[in-house]
Amino acid sequence: MKGMTLIVKKTTQLIAGIVFLYGIYIIVHGHLTPGGGFAGGVIVAGSFILLILAYGSDFMHLTREETGSTITENLGILLALMIALAGMITGIKVFFFNWLPHGTVGELVSAGVIPLYNIFVGMEVAASILTIFLALLIFKEEVTKW
Amino acid sequence: MVVYLLCFILFLVGLYGVVTRRNLVKIVISLSIMEFSVFLFLALIGYVHDGVVPIVDPANPDARYVDPLPQAMVLTAIVIGLATTAMLMSVIIRIYRKYKTLDIREIKNLRG
Amino acid sequence: MELALSVILVLMILGALFAIHAKDLLSAVISCSIVGYGLVICFLLLRAPDLAIVQIVVETITLVIMVAVVLDSTRQEPFTKPDPHDYVAIATALLLIVSVFFLLKAATGSLDPFGEGSMRMAKHYIEGAADKTGSANLVTGVIFDFRGYDTLGEATVLVTAVLGALTILRIRGKK
Repeated sequence: MKGMTLIVKKTTQLIAGIVFLYGIYIIVHGHLTPGGGFAGGVIVAGSFILLILAYGSDFMHLTREETGSTITENLGILLALMIALAGMITGIKVFFFNWLPHGTVGELVSAGVIPLYNIFVGMEVAASILTIFLALLIFKEEVTKW
Repeated sequence: MVVYLLCFILFLVGLYGVVTRRNLVKIVISLSIMEFSVFLFLALIGYVHDGVVPIVDPANPDARYVDPLPQAMVLTAIVIGLATTAMLMSVIIRIYRKYKTLDIREIKNLRG
Repeated sequence: MELALSVILVLMILGALFAIHAKDLLSAVISCSIVGYGLVICFLLLRAPDLAIVQIVVETITLVIMVAVVLDSTRQEPFTKPDPHDYVAIATALLLIVSVFFLLKAATGSLDPFGEGSMRMAKHYIEGAADKTGSANLVTGVIFDFRGYDTLGEATVLVTAVLGALTILRIRGKK
């Protein structure tokens, strides 16, 4: 796939980093403000899709990128499951037990394990949406090459 | 009560599209319209008059919150909806490469 | 409140009808997103900013994927000669719609009226939830603490959908 014109490329350069940072902010502040892992993950995936659409995919090794995003996705859900299982080991033996100290309501580092779940679920959602997009792109390019 | 009825009508429009259309892309569009109406119905059930956004404010302890349970259900379902729509779209692009048409009756006739 | 919601819902129904009947597939896809973006305004009116943030981004990405697929295949609706099967399908659809509508209308009798939900279930989630979970956002508290099993199931469904898409797209068929 070919890229777009110079104006689009420059504008995307300025915007994409800010969109990425906004996604990270939504994920990290998920227990204080609206948002969380699901919303922030989709925004992070959106910033990558914006870059790919503007710059084209001629200079990328698409298969390698797809392998990386698949591994990230599976790692995210595995880590979330590990944290849930850690509740079985410590303290009261309950699956999905909130085993870290809670802290005061309203501070950034509070609410026990909920921010960790937010981060790992955000990782999983971002990687899975990017994987579907890359798979569609690889399919289109392979067919035009034949 | 009018709002509930309009929400049902949106669901029925999607049902009409699924039953009568012959184009595969139109069928996927109708499915996502049905999905949207179900999300809206769940969000309507949780609304309370003069309710505030369900975020705890220590300065205002006895506020009346909107029901957070349907919102939590819908939040995960929206992201699942994106993934399933993308999967249906990949099925469609595969079918078009093989049969060169999107009409479901022609595809059925070609297969015998 | 109800009036504003009704006006947006009527616009959404018109957009859905046009999306189903359009001759060109590209305009059908774009008018389908009238329904999606109208849903964002409805969520904002219903005091659900979490859902509005997710829905507006998801709708944009869905539009990108659908436009890519439509431009890659054909844009014309395959209207050939009128088919006798069409009349059978329309009659079936009308019968189905009328019966389902009466069932739904009968079911509204057992619902709480709009805006006066009794919250039998959520009462225990709201009372002192900030002290139980430590999270100021009650929706995040419900997702990851009270209803953790649900979230684990939904994440598994997401992984399964991605694996299905990869299997469909990346497998090499017999030529």
